[in-house]
Order: sequence, then C-alpha cells, then structure tokens
Amino acid sequence: MPFKIIASQCTSCSACEPECPNVAISEKGGTFVIDPKKCTECLGYFDEPQCVAVCPVDNTCVVDTSLPRYQAPV
Amino acid sequence: MDVSAQHDASSIGHVAEVGEIMQAIAEHKGCGTSGGSGKASCGSQAGQGDLPTEIWEKVKNHPCYSEEAHHHYARMHVAVAPACNIQCNYCNRKYDCANESRPGVVSEKLTPEQAAKKVLAVASTIPQMTVLGIAGPGDPLANPEKTFKTFELISQTAPDIKLCLSTNGLALPDHVDAIARFNVDHVTITINMVDPEIGAKIYPWIFYKHKRYTGYEAAKILTDRQLQGLEMLTERGILCKINSVMIPGINDQHLVEVNRAVKSRGAFLHNIMPLISSPEHGTVFGLNGQRGPSAQELKALQDSCEGEMNMMRHCRQCRADAVGLLGEDRSAEFTTEKIMAMEVKYDAETRKAYQEKVEEERVAKVAAKQEELAELAGASSDIKVLAAVATKGSGLINEHFGHAKEFQVYELSTAGAKFVGHRRVDLYCQGGYGEEDSLETIIRAINDCHAVFVAKIGGCPKGDLIKAGIEPVDQYAHEFIEKSAIAWFKAYLDKVNRGEIEHVERGDAVIRQGALISAA
Repeated sequence: MPFKIIASQCTSCSACEPECPNVAISEKGGTFVIDPKKCTECLGYFDEPQCVAVCPVDNTCVVDTSLPRYQAPV
Repeated sequence: MDVSAQHDASSIGHVAEVGEIMQAIAEHKGCGTSGGSGKASCGSQAGQGDLPTEIWEKVKNHPCYSEEAHHHYARMHVAVAPACNIQCNYCNRKYDCANESRPGVVSEKLTPEQAAKKVLAVASTIPQMTVLGIAGPGDPLANPEKTFKTFELISQTAPDIKLCLSTNGLALPDHVDAIARFNVDHVTITINMVDPEIGAKIYPWIFYKHKRYTGYEAAKILTDRQLQGLEMLTERGILCKINSVMIPGINDQHLVEVNRAVKSRGAFLHNIMPLISSPEHGTVFGLNGQRGPSAQELKALQDSCEGEMNMMRHCRQCRADAVGLLGEDRSAEFTTEKIMAMEVKYDAETRKAYQEKVEEERVAKVAAKQEELAELAGASSDIKVLAAVATKGSGLINEHFGHAKEFQVYELSTAGAKFVGHRRVDLYCQGGYGEEDSLETIIRAINDCHAVFVAKIGGCPKGDLIKAGIEPVDQYAHEFIEKSAIAWFKAYLDKVNRGEIEHVERGDAVIRQGALISAA
C-alpha cells in the first residue's frame, strides 16, 4: 500500500519532498501530497519509508489502506 | 566574472587572512581578564576592548555579535528553510502567530527569489540593516539548495550585506566548503549538550543518512557532527557563535562543560538562552511542565561561563523572519504582498552615508561613558546593583515607562556599567493573561533591579515602583545609558557612604514565558 499525507496535519515544511526516491511527493494547495502511482513504500531503496522518517508530525505520513500494496516488478 | 568565480577568488584571498585571525582568536582568552575591571571591556559587551582588531572588524557592526552594535545596527532573517532534520523537545514549528516572537515562528515562507527582493526592500528602507541571516524555521542546512541560492542572489545584488546562518549542526560538516565559498561571515550552531545521555532527553529523534535515529544513538551522532562542524569552520577562520538553551534539571549544570568544549574548538561567543516552554506553544517541554530558568539562575550560569569566553547577553530569541533592530520587530511592514508591490532602489551610497553618521553617534557614546568612568575612578565598594533601562535604541534612555516592551538590564559596580540582559514586558497575546495587571508583571520582570531609568513616567506607576523598592529615575531622559547609569550609581554609593540610605539586596525576577506582541 502506498503512503499518503494527512493534509490537516501537514505543516508544509517540505522535508519529505527531497527525500522521496521516487519523486512522488509534490506541493498542492499549501500542503504536500504523495502520488500513489509513484510510491513504492521505499522498497528497494531504503529500510524505512523516508517520508515517515523525516516528517516532524507523527502519524501524518501513513499507509493508505484503501489502495493495494505496491508490487515490486519481477 | 561569474559569481562562483568571484567567490573562489575571494576565498583564495580569504585563506591568507585565516591564519592571522585564528592566531588572534587563540591569543584572545576571554575578556577583561587582565585589566581587573571585570568584563566591562569584553568585545561582546561594549567597544573593541581587548578584542583583536581582525575579529573586531568582523563583528563590530553585527547586532547579534556585539552588544554595543545592537543599539545601532539591524539584522533581518529570511524564512526560506522550512525543513528540519532533527526534532527538539523545545520546538514546535506548527505553531504560528503574527504577534509572537520566538525562534521557529514565521508568518510566511519565501522562495530564494522572494527573499532576495525582501532583502533589497528592507535594506533600502532601513539603512542600518547590515546583516542577513537564515535561521529556519527549520534548519538552513537541511535546505541547502534554498539557503545557498538565497546567499548567491543577495551577494550579487547587495554585496555590502554580511551573511550568516544558524544551524543545529547535524548536516554542517557536509556544507562547510559551501559556507566558505559563499563568504558566510558567521555561523551559529545550537549545541545543548556534549553528553549523549543528556542529549537523549532533549532530542527525541534525528534523520541522518536516510534513517531515523532515536535515544542515545541519535544524540551521539548529533554531538559528534556538531563538534566536527565547529572545528571545520574555525579552522577556516569562519566565526562561530554557539547557542545553548538552558533547561533546568536537564542541561543547566552541564552547560559549563559545553562551554569548555566549544571554547576549546575555537567558538568565539556563547549565547546561553532561557528555555521558552509555555504550554500553549505545544512543545513537548511545554506540555510536560518543564520549567524555564529564573532571571537569577540564567545570570549565574552566564557569569560562571564568562571566565572561559565571551558570553552573549542581548539575545532576543527572535522569530525566524524578524526584521529590524533587536528588540523591535518590523517584519509586519515587509510581507511578501507589500514587497512585491514595492519599487526598490538599492542605493549603496546612501546606506554608507547613513552608517557613517551612526559611527559618529557611537564614538560620542563611548566618549561620554569614558568621561563618567573617570569620575568613578578611585571609588571602591563591593556593592553591585542591577538597573533596568527603557530604550528604543541608539544607546539612549529614550523610552516612556508605559511604552516599553522590554527593559535592558545593567549591572552597576565601581568597574562601571555592564550589560547583563534584557527583560521583555510587552503585553500578553490574547487569551489567558489579559486580566493580569500589567504593572505587576513589569515589577516581577525587573524585581531584581534597584532602579529603572526612563524618559518619562506617570505618577501612578512611579508610586507602585517605589513601594516595590525600585527607584524610578527620569532625570537622565534622552541621555546615554551607560554614562547616566554610572552617574546614578556614583550618587547611590555616596548616599550609602553618608548613611542616608541602606543598601539592601534585591530578590529574583521572572523571565517572561508568554506569547509576545512584537508589532509596534
């Protein structure tokens, strides 16, 4: 499942944007959003999702359970 | 020549000076240690004193580095760096209030281009603005592209403005070369501990090399990187100031050790600041009831570190987008909307002419102080008293008691008048405190002072101050602070010696913790 950002909690600090290895994060309407099509949960890049690790507000970058898990290409 | 080449060329010239400056810093141990006149001659306190000329030239017009300069020169911060790579228990960047002044708070974030235009607009309006700093609201070096792009644009358009930045130090070793290349004059590193056990109580986590670290491990990485970065900067001759937040029960005793550690690595100035931890700020420390230090606790710690190196006492813990003299904030005049509508004419000659006039004023002030000090010479007494001063700047007693948003505090002794701090007393932001009698809060803020110097004062507060044991003094209205304070102290000593009054010690004072109204 890709990650999503809870807009009401996002401080728009921009820390996550440059850390995303998939360039999936961009600013939209004053807060940041993750493009679910690009998010790979950082699999294959890092041990932990970078947006979660760098975000200053806990529980703001969270798993989007409404979407299927990311499937690594075979 | 393009900008990067210019920087390269100047940095070559710079290298030759570095050795001399570092030699000068090495030879300069603390201040006022030889004259027996206390620390009144300290570079951060007054004039050049015994500070080497090379260093004095670098700091004399920097309001954050020279206590004396902060009466005359202004600085501005541009908020281009919103991202941070560590979490501190005293910080909550989510909270923003236009009427509040404390680190991390900003009204709007800027792009480097907007920031460059803002600098030109402010420099044209406030000719005494000599220093541009990037201090967040996050960490400038967690935003290296935005930070260095801003420096590049400003060095192209306003080359006379000095650049500085303030960092938590985690990413510092990676950016020392860029800092040198962009001719950054001064760097401030916030160092609250050199012991990871203590650090673990201040920093819940850091983000380093694509990983979140917590606890001891996080604090160990942070302190190693901070001290390494400090050493790298001072080796290159870049002046470093250290900021430390005094957190009672956590690092208050430990800061003496921090002071030794940073001094031995070439730091030039140490700024120990009181923790700001009101619950309404929503910080971890604010919410769990961690208190800040009292005025006397802060002064005692600063005094105990002073033998080691210069101490900064005039820090206002200002916003990350503050504009103007320390103690006044004109950021509301320079919103992005207003700046974009401004037609900016940057006139370096006008600025220079204005600054020359400021220099004349400074010389007159120093001469006046010397004259009064000569009068005091020969007097001998162990009595030391604190006095509060209402001032709007220029080193003058020129503020009405009722209009003062802060008081500057001087310690008076037979060695002279020494600046030891300031007390904010401006009215609280809405909510919670409005009904409290403001005079009572003012008295609590300056309760350790024997006198308060003002340009004017009404009969009612005058009576209440006298009742509280603080003498209101208005006969030196619009005169120089130090000259007047020394003259008053001399008369005070005379009265004590003649037995007309009895000298009594004063109590402690409260450091203001609430939100602060900064707009004029």
